[in-house]
Amino acid sequence: MVASGNNDPSKKAFAQFMMNRRRMLALGGMTAGAGALAACGGNTGREEGGDGISLSQWYHEYGEAGTQQAAQGYAEAYPDANVSIEWIPGDYDSALSSGLLTDDGPDVFESHLNRGMVEAGQLEPLDDIVADVLDDIPENDIARNTIDGTIYGIRMIDDPQYIVYRPSMFEAAGISAPPTTFDELVEVAIELTNGDVKGIDFTDDGGTSRLGQHMIKGLGLSFIGDDMQAGFDDPRILEGAESVKRLQDSDALLLGAPTSWWDPSSMIQGLTAMSWTGLWTMPALLENLGDDVGVFPCPAFAGGSPTVYNGGWSTFVNANGPNVEAAKAFTKWLWVDNEEYILDWCLSYGFHIPSRKSLRAKADQLTSGPAADAVAISEEYGWADDPNWTPAMNTAVNDMMSNIVVEGNDPESELTKAIETVNSELDGIFG
Amino acid sequence: MAVPQQTAEPASAAAEASRRPRRRRSFGGRNLAFWYFVGPFLLGLLIFTYIPVGWSTYLSFFDARNTVTPAAEDFVGFDNFVTMFSDANFRRSLITFTVFSAIIVPLTFAGSLGLALAVNKVPIMQAFFRSVFFLPFACSYVVASLVWKMSIFTGVRYGMVNTVLGWFGIESIPWLFGNSPPWFWLVIATLRLWIQCGFYMILFIAALQQIPVHLYEAAYVDGAKPGWQTFWHITLPQLRATSVAVLMLVLIQAYQAFDEFYNLLPNNGNVPYARTPLIYLYNTALGTVQDMGRGSAGALILALLIAIVTLLQGKILGFGKPEGR
Repeated sequence: MVASGNNDPSKKAFAQFMMNRRRMLALGGMTAGAGALAACGGNTGREEGGDGISLSQWYHEYGEAGTQQAAQGYAEAYPDANVSIEWIPGDYDSALSSGLLTDDGPDVFESHLNRGMVEAGQLEPLDDIVADVLDDIPENDIARNTIDGTIYGIRMIDDPQYIVYRPSMFEAAGISAPPTTFDELVEVAIELTNGDVKGIDFTDDGGTSRLGQHMIKGLGLSFIGDDMQAGFDDPRILEGAESVKRLQDSDALLLGAPTSWWDPSSMIQGLTAMSWTGLWTMPALLENLGDDVGVFPCPAFAGGSPTVYNGGWSTFVNANGPNVEAAKAFTKWLWVDNEEYILDWCLSYGFHIPSRKSLRAKADQLTSGPAADAVAISEEYGWADDPNWTPAMNTAVNDMMSNIVVEGNDPESELTKAIETVNSELDGIFG
Repeated sequence: MAVPQQTAEPASAAAEASRRPRRRRSFGGRNLAFWYFVGPFLLGLLIFTYIPVGWSTYLSFFDARNTVTPAAEDFVGFDNFVTMFSDANFRRSLITFTVFSAIIVPLTFAGSLGLALAVNKVPIMQAFFRSVFFLPFACSYVVASLVWKMSIFTGVRYGMVNTVLGWFGIESIPWLFGNSPPWFWLVIATLRLWIQCGFYMILFIAALQQIPVHLYEAAYVDGAKPGWQTFWHITLPQLRATSVAVLMLVLIQAYQAFDEFYNLLPNNGNVPYARTPLIYLYNTALGTVQDMGRGSAGALILALLIAIVTLLQGKILGFGKPEGR
């Protein structure tokens, strides 16, 4: 307030205060707005600055303790770039799909291959970095990550899904061996059900969101036939769906448990005698139930074969990232060459099968007891996803099962509907 | 402010401004104030609502999978709209919503009006009761869903409701599974009522306090009895504008049902018997395969439906007409 052109200093000061206040308000409004906008775009997980290249790597949230720290440790150990980890809880698929549409997406990420991502140009081919170990990767895991002859993903872990049971409860009920057909399973489940224990936890939808797929595979059919149309137009599906309905109509299903099927708590707490599960729960089950753990594949439907779903995760490189070559180099370093870390990731937290034949032999934890049985049934009965099979098609099969099993709709017309939906999706993609 | 010449200019400008005719100055000031208050919201509305709406309208005419900037050759005209309309699942989701709103709209209306009348009549601790009933509104649907799912309506024998039923020898009910009988509606409806009744109660209380007392006094003079008669002939007509607004808001919120279905039902609400329109669109447009074209078309159809129903409702019930006539 040095200037004094006005006779009345207090009036002038007031006027200036008013002006400043207005400016301040305006500025305040602007910065607040800018801050809000910046908040939307920020936090890509990519650390700027420092020397060398920065990469961001995304994981979904693994439930087992220590996994996030392990991923962090791998990233820090990489000498050629600053790799930062984004650990994404909740709906990872949606977060990832939106992230890949922007410039702030990950450079390296785990996911499941689908044709849409390839057609949108989001994935970098990885044939060159797996070329040396191609013979060492199980066939299914290569097929799962290949579209039109190009490999886009590298399998990080194989997660077989099967049924786990308590042999002691089987013995007490006088059941000598695990069921081999689904109808037997239903009978066993009813037998094992009493006031305190249910027969089986088949996930919170009674199995309707997975058994249709198992049926298709177990009957030797395919999701998508060679003619690029639905490959499961077969009346045996109807017979299988009726078996699932029998299970649903019995009171042998554990429904509404506080934890979902992928969490072993219901088994450990003794709420159920059998449960759908995956290999990752094995350490927790062995620790809590000791010897009282057995596994068997999803039983056969309508004279087909038993099945095990080989789920898991693969790693990919974002083709639109700023440092594609560096991202590929990091991916090769971590998920192709670094056998120590691959084994650590597969065995030190939850159990997963390494997607490398040579490493399976070194996986001591998987060579004995029920874990070894799980690996064996995974290799004998395992099937993996088809990258051309979209979520919309999967929902069509789930809806068919739910409509038949939960609501008792006419199976034949439901199968026709599912096939129509799948075919129209396929026509949209390949037609 | 060290150099005199720099400050001289604004100072004299301010001085000049003070000499301007009063009316003009206050007009300019009001204008500026208007933008201060409205600007940030308008900006937000523009960026987060109008631009996305425009963009999604654009996308709805394209085969836009895994992209928000489709190429020109992917233009498909009205195909996405045709697909959505001919999709039995989308139509069924609209039926699911209709069932939901048929349950939730009248119950919320009756519940919040009842609460308002009761709280308004309580002679003591009115503020306390108002707060108690309003508080659940501050709870998020996700948090409430988890409480409902993991403690109150847990399907196993030690769930709260099942424990109570167990005292009477009733078997445990898997509340959130299956559609025969559709127990999940009980879980979903109670949750939504718990959260939203308090908010609409506040709206009704505000409206109740606006009703002139002399209307009741005049009615009593004419021989009306307190209770049902005055409620039907004075209170309810006087509340019409508020009632219509409440009905509209409840209905629009019912259309947007997502959180509790996603968090409570199996498979994240992706079950054919209880898939709400938003769950359906979420899985179409934001799942692993992002079909933005169809998702946008569906969203537009839904928005149009909400607009039509709201307009019709406003027309029939007389939204915006003066109270009590």
